[in-house]
Amino acid sequence: MDASGPEPRAVSAEGVSVAAKPAAARKRGGAASRPARLVFPFSAIVGQDEMKLALLIAAVDPAIGGVLVFGDRGTGKSTTVRALAALLPPMRAVAGCAFACDPGRPAGLCEACRASSRRVAVQVPVPVVDLPLGATEDRVTGALDIERALAEGVKAFEPGLLARAHRGFLYIDEVNLLEDHLVDLLLDVAASGENVVEREGISIRHPARFVLIGSGNPEEGELRPQLTDRFGLAVEVRTPKDLPTRIEVVRRRDAFERDPRRFVAAWAREEAATRRRILAARRLLPKVRVTDATLADTAKLCLALGTDGLRGELTLMRTARALAALEGDAEVTVAHLRRIAAPALRHRLRRDPLDEAVAGTRVERALAEVLPP
Amino acid sequence: MQDAGSPPAVDAAADAALAACLLAIDPVGLGGAVLRAAPGPARDAWLGLLRAGLTPGEPWRRLPLGIPDSRLLGGLDLSATLAAGRPVAERGVLADAHGGIVVAAMAERMETPTAARICAVMDAREVAVQRDGLAARQPADFGLVALDEGIAPEEVVPAALRARLAFHLDLTTLPPAALRGDAAAIRAARQRLPGVTAEEGLVEALCGVAASLGVEDLRAPLFALRAARAAAALAGHAVVTKEDAGLAARLVLAPRAMTVPMDDDAQPEPPPEPEQPKDETPRDDQPERGPDQQELQEILVAAAKAALPTGLLETLQLRDAARKRQGAEGRAGQRRNAALRGRPVGTFAGPLRAGARLALVETLRNAAPWQAVRRRENAAGPPIRVRMEDIRLRRFRHQTGTTAIFVVDASGSAALHRLAEAKGAVEMLLADCYVRRDQVAVVAFRGKAAEILLPPTPSLVRAKRSLAGLPGGGPTPLASGLDAAAALAAETSRRGRTPLLVLLTDGRANIARDGTAGRPVAEEDALSAAAPIRAAGIAALLLDTAPRPHPYAKRLADAMGARYLPLPAADAARLSGAVAAARPAG
Repeated sequence: MDASGPEPRAVSAEGVSVAAKPAAARKRGGAASRPARLVFPFSAIVGQDEMKLALLIAAVDPAIGGVLVFGDRGTGKSTTVRALAALLPPMRAVAGCAFACDPGRPAGLCEACRASSRRVAVQVPVPVVDLPLGATEDRVTGALDIERALAEGVKAFEPGLLARAHRGFLYIDEVNLLEDHLVDLLLDVAASGENVVEREGISIRHPARFVLIGSGNPEEGELRPQLTDRFGLAVEVRTPKDLPTRIEVVRRRDAFERDPRRFVAAWAREEAATRRRILAARRLLPKVRVTDATLADTAKLCLALGTDGLRGELTLMRTARALAALEGDAEVTVAHLRRIAAPALRHRLRRDPLDEAVAGTRVERALAEVLPP
Repeated sequence: MQDAGSPPAVDAAADAALAACLLAIDPVGLGGAVLRAAPGPARDAWLGLLRAGLTPGEPWRRLPLGIPDSRLLGGLDLSATLAAGRPVAERGVLADAHGGIVVAAMAERMETPTAARICAVMDAREVAVQRDGLAARQPADFGLVALDEGIAPEEVVPAALRARLAFHLDLTTLPPAALRGDAAAIRAARQRLPGVTAEEGLVEALCGVAASLGVEDLRAPLFALRAARAAAALAGHAVVTKEDAGLAARLVLAPRAMTVPMDDDAQPEPPPEPEQPKDETPRDDQPERGPDQQELQEILVAAAKAALPTGLLETLQLRDAARKRQGAEGRAGQRRNAALRGRPVGTFAGPLRAGARLALVETLRNAAPWQAVRRRENAAGPPIRVRMEDIRLRRFRHQTGTTAIFVVDASGSAALHRLAEAKGAVEMLLADCYVRRDQVAVVAFRGKAAEILLPPTPSLVRAKRSLAGLPGGGPTPLASGLDAAAALAAETSRRGRTPLLVLLTDGRANIARDGTAGRPVAEEDALSAAAPIRAAGIAALLLDTAPRPHPYAKRLADAMGARYLPLPAADAARLSGAVAAARPAG
């Protein structure tokens, strides 16, 4: 996030004004002067169509609620998520705001932005923030600025990763290895859309709405059902089995590593096209129609699968709309439902130990029953 | 399909030495190596060779077992911070090793979270520090040598880490004197490496070889490609030759083989092998595969086959089972984490409560930076001000014992054939349990129902006595036996011990749950009784006592999620190996 301009001030609950830290980028890390490493282009990723589609849908409609990516190791999960970061079109934000507030939505502004009389809008890149393994809680939620506490004895809030990810994406690799207390924290923030930090007798509250992307290998540990439910879409990723695809994956990876600049330049046009597709889809999204018949179909499908609660239907409907928008269609059809049913529903099925079928096949079975081609 | 130029017999020592040289030439590209060897001259020679090949000044760091995050990834250097009055970061081992080599000791005992952190750093090639109020990105390009001191086949370096290291070497039988190399040649090769090119078709050939060896992970052909280039640089070739590619196939692909190509006896679960690409797949945008390419692939496959470890399939079975057990650790571990005694494993934040033990040093560390602020608020007060949010409590992991539940088929069919031998096998297993201080229980089923002959007891003498006195005869109520076993396993879990089911049967079920006779219903019932065992993740082992193993027994084992071992094939070593592999990781 670029931040320039007057120093923003976050306000604590007791009315004690606490000077918030200026541009985080300047202070972050001794190695900040390193040139940014080039990222493997999203459009150049071979295969993994389900995962790429899910990420594009999340980019079109962030309210869908996150993407869970499960798969064997070495299938390019992290590569694709990082590639998405480079692909996303920039967004409008209030200049100098630590939380990158949206100037077009006055209701969602943080306290500092609301308090300031003049807000300048700038284009900033959409944040895709990594939650690295081994992160401590104070860096995730934000805490007091340790430097100022030591040097000046002053309490200043230093925003954490949740603040940086606001209006963007939070990526957790190996999400099934995440420590319990961090999982609890994320569940809380995801539910309320707000992050509350209480330390040293002050209380800070700031907006924190982001798309959660989690990837992992299910063999290494199970995910709590409460956390799984938070994700809108769940995709499975497997190493390609056919030889030509495997060869192409290895070839492209090798070409990228030997000359990243040339590789990225070669794919720049496709990347720009994908970016335009996302923008067009976002514009079309509010106008996409969902007929009553389609709503009935989603309900029938969820009933047949026995998904818990209504979240399955809601998610399915939203994702189908986003998919239709991506395809440029003005109305959601059964074909859209069929394509997106598995990612939207496979992680919401009640576990039946006697039913040996994998979740994906159960969804396919239900689809064949309820929505015959 | 050997042609006249078939590869010579594999010289394992020379290959291992070459692996060290290649790793020194391109440590970051090749990721590193798994070195399976007991501590000794061979391992030291290999490490010495690697170190000699590095440029002087390149870091060489040791990663001890059980390293905490603060040392691995870095964090706040508390004393320097307090002295300087501003946050001073402490670099972790991984960032310190930038541009060099990390040597991980006793890597087969590395915990999953540590391995996951190392993998994340190796993938991103930087350490993303988000700890203790510090946010930093430190470059971390290094090669990792994992020292594997495991002896049993199931003691292996975590799979996630293994996948990111190009070479998997076994030095146990190699003479140390043979591990020699030329440091100057290595340095010259490094200069040549960027200029090495690979001919068209090398990528295809390596992918083809990987596919025919059943290697799923796509990192493997990529590593092989880089190894081939490094080998060419070492040999002074401007273009990768067949010998260079063959060496890469032997070093990188053969140790990862999951199936033996063109050899279809006794394969446990052959992964779907792709069709021979020469004939089937449409090659629209690929260049035409000439005969040279086919020949290259065949040569590489032959080279890899020659280097396949002996006893591969058996090792794979055991390793597979071990991996499955490791996967179940996540859940079981949670149960034990709330323990109040046992081995300390880190700390967690929380209010002081009865029985919790304070981690004094961590608590003070957390309180230290804020003392100035707190003093300013309130000048009068204790010299050290600790608030509730600073408190850290010790977390313990309680090693629970195992209870081995023997579920014995004492029916007529089994008695007739194998009960005597089965009892001998059980005695051997009991001896194993004695060594590990397990508890033992015995459930027997015959006639119409199952009964618990011996509730869980640490007394192995009683176990032996109850088995010796076991009568044989009658029909086989397999489903009831499984139900009783599952119930006993659940109770064992509740009591805080980990259950291990050892089922001895010939699988000839003929009594259903409700007592009616009839094989089909009985078999169905047994399968449905097996499903909850699998769902609960209970470790299990099925010893098939039939003289000729029937496929139903294997089906039952799969339904239970159990390891399957036919008794005729089980000799002493395999038996204890099988039980050890089925045993839950503790």
